[in-house]
Amino acid sequence: MGVKVGVLALQGDVAEHIAAFREALADRPGSLVVPVRQARDLADLDALAIPGGESTTISRLIGKNGMYEPLAEFAGGVFATCAGMVLVADHLDDPRVRTLNLIPMHVARNAFGRQVDSREAFLDIAGLADPFRAFFIRAPVASEVGPGVEVLARIPEGIVAVKSGRHMAFAFHPELGGDLRLHRMFLEGLGL
Amino acid sequence: MKLEELRFGTELIKRGFASMQKGGVIMDVVNAEQAQLAEEAGAVAVMALERVPADIRAAGGVARMADPQKVVEIIDAVSIPVMGKARIGHFVEAQILEALGVDMVDESEVLTPADEQFHIDKAHFSVPFVCGARNLGEALRRINEGAAMIRTKGEAGTGNVVEAVRHMRAIMGGIRALKGMDGQELADRAREIEAPVELVIECANLGRLPVVNFSAGGIATPADAALMMQLGADGVFVGSGIFKSADPETTARAIVEAVNHYEDAKVIAEVSKGLGEAMKGLDVHLLREEEVLQTRGR
Repeated sequence: MGVKVGVLALQGDVAEHIAAFREALADRPGSLVVPVRQARDLADLDALAIPGGESTTISRLIGKNGMYEPLAEFAGGVFATCAGMVLVADHLDDPRVRTLNLIPMHVARNAFGRQVDSREAFLDIAGLADPFRAFFIRAPVASEVGPGVEVLARIPEGIVAVKSGRHMAFAFHPELGGDLRLHRMFLEGLGL
Repeated sequence: MKLEELRFGTELIKRGFASMQKGGVIMDVVNAEQAQLAEEAGAVAVMALERVPADIRAAGGVARMADPQKVVEIIDAVSIPVMGKARIGHFVEAQILEALGVDMVDESEVLTPADEQFHIDKAHFSVPFVCGARNLGEALRRINEGAAMIRTKGEAGTGNVVEAVRHMRAIMGGIRALKGMDGQELADRAREIEAPVELVIECANLGRLPVVNFSAGGIATPADAALMMQLGADGVFVGSGIFKSADPETTARAIVEAVNHYEDAKVIAEVSKGLGEAMKGLDVHLLREEEVLQTRGR
């Protein structure tokens, strides 16, 4: 049976997420990857990606479009990257962003500094046989996670990949660079 | 993580930064207070300036990079990315902006050019660059020099969207015209527009520029912003249009929402209500030749 994945399309690298999930689902006939612009687009989705972008902007647009409750109560799995990782946390020391409280973890925005401190690195991730080429772009990190949250990768700055029930969050951008192993791990984790 | 394999300022890191700005509004600001207002309104980034382009026009004389103290004041005021403008070809102004910690440098025709032959060799910087373009050839020459993002030049500081429209149509039309061309025809077109053939082929295959493409130069209203989005922009820069309007806070929020809902005329109509007077604006056809900014750098 086909899988239906949505990508929150308020701001950020939405097209890259759509392209990556389409490729990850290329061998699954009947699958669909669609942009999610309003609450009603969430109906009948198996999974939702929350993309990278500016978390202040996305947070404001979630509120403006009346999507806060529907997203916080979304029944499928969430695949969150960068700004998405900030948005799914339940603790953030920054009143400019209202988080969705989907994963119990403390997250700090822009944990690396300015854009010139953004970097790529080969990262060891639990569950992957070989290192993953990770792009950290003005990335957040988690300082601590709640019970039941599995830490998949950690760097000196903090935790950068987690799995919590049906949700996964990454401080970096698996949607860039063409390596779809984390997308497949996420879909398999949902039994899709 | 293998620390020896850390890499800063790679092509994908720079282009990736620009990708995170998509669907967003980047606003010109001249102080910390305006920067915070822009952030609260939902801007994805701010451009730190000493004067907005309309005031640069009015002031005349040589327009240079902003005072570093001003740039730092703005960097310290917000959590969103901060961009700064360097003169065309002035690679030391760019080095200074990079050292100050700006997240992207705009090599901008709004400032007085420092080099009439060469643009900055942008590939050698860790900080990503955005550059203006009037057509596909200019856009691809800037990308070849290392620009991670392109914006239309438009005609800055006029509040008149006509030139931004002309430039966006030229870029998008230039890419559409490549469709169906064979290798020889693409090579011929590359010579004609004075662009590297590899980049022309890449555009033909992608059906778009290989980097993010914003619009700038004359956007003054929510309708202008949505117009540029419908013409194919990935996002917009608003310069004088916000802080030269009657109600900057409401105008800033309205433009952010218009970009978010750029295909929904009902939303654009709603946010456009009662904004008061937009910036006054200039007829670009009445500008004297030396007042035209878009012809700087080609």
